[in-house]
Amino acid sequence: MTLKKSIKQSLNNFKAMLPILIGVLLLVNLLNNSFQDIYFKIFTGNYITDSLIGALAGSISFGIPITSYIIGGELLDQGINLLAITAFMMTWSTVGVAMLPLETNFLGNKFAIVRNALNFVFAIIISILTIILINFF
Amino acid sequence: MTPKKLSGKIYFLITVTLIYLVAYLFNENLFFSSLQKTLEMFLKIIPILIVTLGIMILVNLLITPERIRKHLLDKSKFKRYFYFILFGIIVSGPPYIIFPILKDLKDKGVSNDLLAVFLYNRNVKIPFLIVMIYYFGIKFTIINSFLIIIFSIFNGLLVKKFTD
Repeated sequence: MTLKKSIKQSLNNFKAMLPILIGVLLLVNLLNNSFQDIYFKIFTGNYITDSLIGALAGSISFGIPITSYIIGGELLDQGINLLAITAFMMTWSTVGVAMLPLETNFLGNKFAIVRNALNFVFAIIISILTIILINFF
Repeated sequence: MTPKKLSGKIYFLITVTLIYLVAYLFNENLFFSSLQKTLEMFLKIIPILIVTLGIMILVNLLITPERIRKHLLDKSKFKRYFYFILFGIIVSGPPYIIFPILKDLKDKGVSNDLLAVFLYNRNVKIPFLIVMIYYFGIKFTIINSFLIIIFSIFNGLLVKKFTD
C-alpha cells in the first residue's frame, strides 16, 4: 500500500469513527451528570456483581476499542471501580449483541452464539484477574 | 436527484442531539454542564487521537489483510495460532469488513478455533493502546493485553470443542 493510500484509508476510518465517538461522549457525559449519585449504589466493590454489571453494559454496546477506553477513563474519573470498567471494555469489543446477525450470517449460528457466550464469561474472569494482578505487582 | 442516504452513525448523532434538546427543555443546567464536559474531554483527547491516527497510517502502510492472508495458510498448528493472534492484533476494520475475510478463510479450511482466536485478539489494538495507557497506565495495559492474548487461546480451544 502506498503512503497516500494509507493516509487516505486511515483518515476515512478516522472520519467514520468520529460521529460515534462524539455521540458516545455526549451521551456518557449527560448520563454521568444525571446519574452520578446512583453509581455508588450500583457498584459496591463486589468482584462478581460489579464485573457482571460492567460486562452486561459493554455487551449491549459495540464498537472499536478506543471508544470504550475513553468512556472507561471518564467513568473511572467519576469514581466507578476499575473492575467494572475493565469488564465493560472487554465485552464492548468482544461481545457483540448488535453484531450477532452479521456474525451468524458469515460464520454460522453455533459459532456466533458459543463465541459470544464464552467471551462474556472470559471478560469477567479477565477483569477479575487484571485487578488481582495489578494489586499483586 | 435522489437524496443521499444517512448512515447509522449520523442517525445516532441526530438521536443524541434530540436527547440533548429534551434535556435543554427540562434542565438547562444539565444541558450546559454536559456539553461543556464533552468539549473539555474532546479537547483533552485530541493529541492522543492525532498520535493514534499516525500509528493507524503506519499499520495500514505496512500490513494489509491480503498480505497477512497469504501467510496464514499452510502452517503448523502452533504457528497458525501464533499468526492468528498476530493477525487479530494488527488487522483493524469494522465487522462488516472482517467477517467476510474470516468467512473466506473458513472456506479455505481455517478452523473455528483460529477464527475465535483472531476475533478475541481484536481487543488488543496497537494504535489504540496509547489511549489505554493514557487513561489506565502502562501496568494495566500490559497485564490486560497479556491476559487477553493468553485467554484467546483458551477461547479458541473451547469454541472448537463446542462447535466441531
